[in-house]
Amino acid sequence: MDIYLVEAIVNGVLLGGVLALLALGLNLIFGVIDVVWIAYADVVMCGMYALYWLYVGLGWPLWLACVIAIVGLAGFGALIHLLIIEPILKTAPINQLLATGGLLFFLQSFATLLFGTDFRNIGVRLPIIEIGDVYISYARLLAFAIALIGAIALYVFLRRTFIGTAIRAIAQDRDIIGLMGADQRRIYLITSMIGGALAGLAACLLALQYDVHPFIGNTFGPLIFMICVLGGLGNMIGGFVAAFVISQIIAIGGYYSITELSYVLAFTLFIVLMFLRPRGILSR
Amino acid sequence: MLSLAAVSAGYGSFRALFEVSLEVPRGEAVGVIGPNGAGKTTLMRVISGLVPLSGGTMTFDGRPVGDLPAHRIVEQGIAHVPENRRLFPRLTVEDNLRIGAFIPQARRRFAERLDRVFALFPRLKERRYQLAGTLSGGEQQMCAIGRALMSGPKLLLMDEPSAGLAPLMVDQVFELVHRIRADGLTVLIVEQNVRHVLDVVDRAYLLEVGSIKLGGTSAELKGNDFIRKSYMGL
Repeated sequence: MDIYLVEAIVNGVLLGGVLALLALGLNLIFGVIDVVWIAYADVVMCGMYALYWLYVGLGWPLWLACVIAIVGLAGFGALIHLLIIEPILKTAPINQLLATGGLLFFLQSFATLLFGTDFRNIGVRLPIIEIGDVYISYARLLAFAIALIGAIALYVFLRRTFIGTAIRAIAQDRDIIGLMGADQRRIYLITSMIGGALAGLAACLLALQYDVHPFIGNTFGPLIFMICVLGGLGNMIGGFVAAFVISQIIAIGGYYSITELSYVLAFTLFIVLMFLRPRGILSR
Repeated sequence: MLSLAAVSAGYGSFRALFEVSLEVPRGEAVGVIGPNGAGKTTLMRVISGLVPLSGGTMTFDGRPVGDLPAHRIVEQGIAHVPENRRLFPRLTVEDNLRIGAFIPQARRRFAERLDRVFALFPRLKERRYQLAGTLSGGEQQMCAIGRALMSGPKLLLMDEPSAGLAPLMVDQVFELVHRIRADGLTVLIVEQNVRHVLDVVDRAYLLEVGSIKLGGTSAELKGNDFIRKSYMGL
């Protein structure tokens, strides 16, 4: 087999890891609170800037900057829920889309105001690994491994803890969760914080590979939404699988043609799959 | 133990309960009977904090609890087995029981209470890792009761536990009420199955169009001509 094809497939898998992490965050919030954070990718952008500012601007150690970025975005997730979602939670769903859509423009403009439109890089140079004749970026491998660990940690949390069980339960019947002794508001707040923390983790992993600029959310935001819809909105396992399907299409498509065309291919396939399985590829 | 005084409640501008007063003494089983739409389920939802009071007072163990939201009511020691059971269908039996033990004081005793519920319902132990939505109606009712017991309540509210069950299961459910009472639990049970419920409770109230029409010991109600004619078909 052509080693460039092998490289493309490996890179597709590695890209899929971070996309899967983002899809998990978005699906978690949608599945539990029934709200789509249109600005999710832009929350990630904020995390990348936070990391850049702490690490490059203030000269903090990288690990500490990452931890603070993740904790900070968890807090940001709580704020988004309290200030934007909760006041309009019981109104028509279109209001929540408009409000989080408004947040998208606010965050992009605010980032432009603070940092300008320059592309900035945190300047961490990680080596390239050579396995046989195949070259793999260490940054991508690291990002994939950590994304996978993050996804497994979330899975264990949702399966094994009382709060995690309540989060899964509330997604199935939100009206009687109070009878179980669980405060719906608190569960929503915790869910938003987890969603924010996942965005923060993804931000740290993306900052290793990409430059940050105010509009970076536009490049992978649509991709995350496509993945979530393809996997079935709110279906966390579906979204996880869809992330790898989409990233493979992009990677292999890019090998046979050019990257731009591979995105066209991915979106075309998405439309076709939506006709065939409108409730997601893993729908029952 | 539980005392309602002139409680009114409703949904929006619709009033479902009009100045309802009732007493549930400690250690007793009390029934509320009445036709469909009388407000029985609303009464249960008011007690468990899902529907707010619009008037009157409610006390539990001498403390006012009328203003508490549902999750705080559970902490006071009131557990509610809702109408139609309302299990979480895509969670396993064990996860449904786990969520029943959500409050902090119950989490610490989760393993011990799980054993007790499994001893009470051996069937649930067999079905432990099965999704609750795949259980039979009777098993679902067991799971719903078990879930309520996991919080370690002092008072158990049961809303139509016999609804939708096969006759044999109905007998089992009422037999269960006996066993739960033997453990020292106080029970408030809402039922349309009047004949059955009067056999297991100590006293009962008749609720019609949102008001208490009658109240007394179950022997008194069994002998009441109106009840016999309208609700027992005698």
